[in-house]
Amino acid sequence: MHIVDRRLNPNSKSLENRQRFLRRAKAQVQDAVRTASGGRDMGKALEGGEVSIPSDGVREPRLRTVPGDVQDHILPGNKTFSEGDVLPRPGGGGGRGGAGEGDGEDAFRFMLTREEFLEMFLDDLELPDMAKRRMASVEREGLRRAGYQTSGSPTSMSIGRTMQLALVRRTALKRPTSANLAALEAELAECKDEARRKTLTAEIEAAKTRMRRIPYIDPIDVRYRRFEVEPRPVARAVMFCLMDVSGSMTEHMKDLAKRFFLLLYVFLTRRYKQVDVVFIRHTDKAEEVDEDTFFRSPASGGTLVSSALAAMARIVGERYSPNDWNIYAAQASDGDNAHGDGQVTAQLLTEAVLPVCQYFAYLEVGATSHLRQSMPESPLWTLYERLQEEGAPLSMRRVEDRNEIFPVFRELFRKRDAQQVAR
Amino acid sequence: MSSDKLLFREGGDWNFSTLQRIYDACEDVAVNELGLDVYPNQIEVITAEQMLDAYASMGMPLFYKHWSFGKHYAYHETMYRKGWAGLAYEIVINSSPCVSYLMEGNSATMQTLVIAHAAFGHNHFFKNNYLFQTWTKADTILDYLDFAKRYIAKCEDRYGQEEVARILDSAHALMGQGVHRYHGARGPDLRHEEERQKSRRAHQERIFNDLWRTLPTAAKAASPDFTERRRALLGLPQENILYFLEKAAPRLTPWQREVLRIVRQVAQYFYPQGQTKVMNEGTATFVHYKVMKRLHERGQISDGNYLEFLQSHTNVVAQPSFDDQRFSGFNPYALGFSMMCDIERIVTEPDDEDREWFPKIAGAGDPMAVLRDIWANYRDDSFIGQFLSPRLIREMRLFQLHDDAGFKEGIQVEAIHNERGYRRIRRELAKQYDVGAREPNIEVVDVDLAGDRRLIVHHHVVGGALLDRGDAERVLQHLADLWSYEVALREVDADQTVLREHLAKPREAAQFEWV
Repeated sequence: MHIVDRRLNPNSKSLENRQRFLRRAKAQVQDAVRTASGGRDMGKALEGGEVSIPSDGVREPRLRTVPGDVQDHILPGNKTFSEGDVLPRPGGGGGRGGAGEGDGEDAFRFMLTREEFLEMFLDDLELPDMAKRRMASVEREGLRRAGYQTSGSPTSMSIGRTMQLALVRRTALKRPTSANLAALEAELAECKDEARRKTLTAEIEAAKTRMRRIPYIDPIDVRYRRFEVEPRPVARAVMFCLMDVSGSMTEHMKDLAKRFFLLLYVFLTRRYKQVDVVFIRHTDKAEEVDEDTFFRSPASGGTLVSSALAAMARIVGERYSPNDWNIYAAQASDGDNAHGDGQVTAQLLTEAVLPVCQYFAYLEVGATSHLRQSMPESPLWTLYERLQEEGAPLSMRRVEDRNEIFPVFRELFRKRDAQQVAR
Repeated sequence: MSSDKLLFREGGDWNFSTLQRIYDACEDVAVNELGLDVYPNQIEVITAEQMLDAYASMGMPLFYKHWSFGKHYAYHETMYRKGWAGLAYEIVINSSPCVSYLMEGNSATMQTLVIAHAAFGHNHFFKNNYLFQTWTKADTILDYLDFAKRYIAKCEDRYGQEEVARILDSAHALMGQGVHRYHGARGPDLRHEEERQKSRRAHQERIFNDLWRTLPTAAKAASPDFTERRRALLGLPQENILYFLEKAAPRLTPWQREVLRIVRQVAQYFYPQGQTKVMNEGTATFVHYKVMKRLHERGQISDGNYLEFLQSHTNVVAQPSFDDQRFSGFNPYALGFSMMCDIERIVTEPDDEDREWFPKIAGAGDPMAVLRDIWANYRDDSFIGQFLSPRLIREMRLFQLHDDAGFKEGIQVEAIHNERGYRRIRRELAKQYDVGAREPNIEVVDVDLAGDRRLIVHHHVVGGALLDRGDAERVLQHLADLWSYEVALREVDADQTVLREHLAKPREAAQFEWV
């Protein structure tokens, strides 16, 4: 009898089957993921969890019978029945309970992990202009294997290649192997014929000399692995979150903004190894704050959008050189801006901010739609729309309800080929 | 009770030397006192996660890759993580050595129970029951699965996952129709055929006499019916559809035939398990009960731990009444266990009724010998049909309901636990466990070889039970894809009247890419 402790064996034996299952049901799972994420709270929106897909695509049909018209059942636990009793059928109308189960389950429910959930959710999205910037950015250096060389440090010696070359040389120079030698010696031990013995001894001597003269491994066989310095593209990103926190921004609006920022953050973390986040909030003056303050602490004052843009430009200049970093920015606001700030904002945006940014998204968060219909376009929206028409690379969307966040986000980052103009 | 005899201390902790002690003690009881004959054991301790993995691959430690196993994993994982379903204490594999997986979370008492249950109860049953002996090869199954896994992986490398998955999907759909149900004479293979041919030739040469040629003969008998000949050539009728496809499907490539064969072999391996649920679990439960009782009598298990055992044993063998909320049919553990306890009673202390009903075993003296014989030679339906005693019918208060849709007044109580009812109840319960009655009887009947190569499949309808229409059509589609020509499935009753007909044409991809 053996007792084996399997607990330390790798756990994920079913992982591949699971991935195959998800791939097979991909379309349905993606739909399910999007529906599921829409109704959830931000904190949990991308947590993974239970989804339910129509079972049609993943059905495993079997031939099975449905009960006929006449059935007999044996049951345990008789209490009062006697032979010949007639019991009313359950569920009236002559229908029979339990019979004719029909098509069985019509939905398959299961849990997704956070990773799978995100994978499905972000599957067909891409970061705009990433390729272009990557190539243009200054590159760091890394080492890459590149063939073999004849000199190097002992640690980088390539045993395999060395032995290979040694074998080639030994074969070419006909160095006797130890097996040859052993065979000769064995023959000598057996041999009685004097003349033959003599030739054998001579042959053995010759072989031994040859073996001494031709070394098993020669210094000329030794090879070392060669490494080459290779430039590596930068894979760092910084994300600027700009938000108006003036009195006109309600909690609801901030909540919408937060959802959007979080999505962008999650998205970036999946594309870049390292993602920094800078929170800049502004009223009539801007300040860099931590996340908690950004979303929670109240502030009051007027509204000067240009202050935030100036702050961002300053921080970029100080800490995030556009050569080293991919820069993304998302701005959320209710659209208010102080009268007379428009010109400054436009100038800052087009001259200082947009040129260094990979992507700039403006999200206008509104209260409720029926209010807005009667109102004219907000000052900021009008301004940005004009800049966009002039060719500034910025994307803008309006969001009023939390259900719209996901569709808007998806729309902004949809794959390019599916979308002619990235606006 | 001296505490140095105890296998483990009260409190429930165990380590690997405890397991060894437990195993040795169980082995002593099971082999020396109960006379069990088992495959060598291998006991593996696994985590919940690994148990889920095992669930997903039909309990086998290795299996080829297919999305459906991922689906099952996702399902079980959800059930488990949400707390809707617990996990089994153990899984045992019919192989030699017999592998039992024990959950790491079991207490020492539970490990004892589980070792007795799986490593001795199930193990003995696997090794000795005729169905398992006939249909499964315990010593090669793991190697075969290893081969299957590598073969299918290789096919995936060469032909693509999609392509292989499509064949597997179709084969899985027909898995229930991929087993040989009778061991009947198989067609001889080529070598034997050749030998037979040779000996026949020799015989003809020996008895050759030219005179025979000159004898006048009667008018030549009409040439044998072509249909009959064709059917005989194709081995029809054939109820093992996967086997038929593997041998006769016109457009499958060799690797596709091999994949069908793998699925068929796996189906065959699991075939006995469905027919011996009650007996298998009954045996294992009976054995663990006996072993635990003996260990307690010997003082190797403390009173407290024995109570822990009794509690979980009672849960296992609980049979809710039909009107209970928890009722979901017969509990195979309960039915099997109580029948075996009852047999033990009949063998040792029979009363007059038992002598009348079971003349052969009543008072035979050695209950274990009788039980071992039963374990070896019966399956669920024959076991129940033979050994369900009137006393047990009374104890379980079994009754029979007759539900006839034509009888408008309602459902009739056909039989109860009385003199007139015993045999009827026993016969009917045995029928419920009869594979022949539970599973649709489906056969490949004919192929229109001269015409459009349409395959004709019959479902022999019993008791008016037709196939579920949706699933039947889906399965038929898979069958058509494999056959690559039209397929007709006719549901016929005993008078050969066609009650319903399904048709399927092969899908496009199936026609072109497989050539």
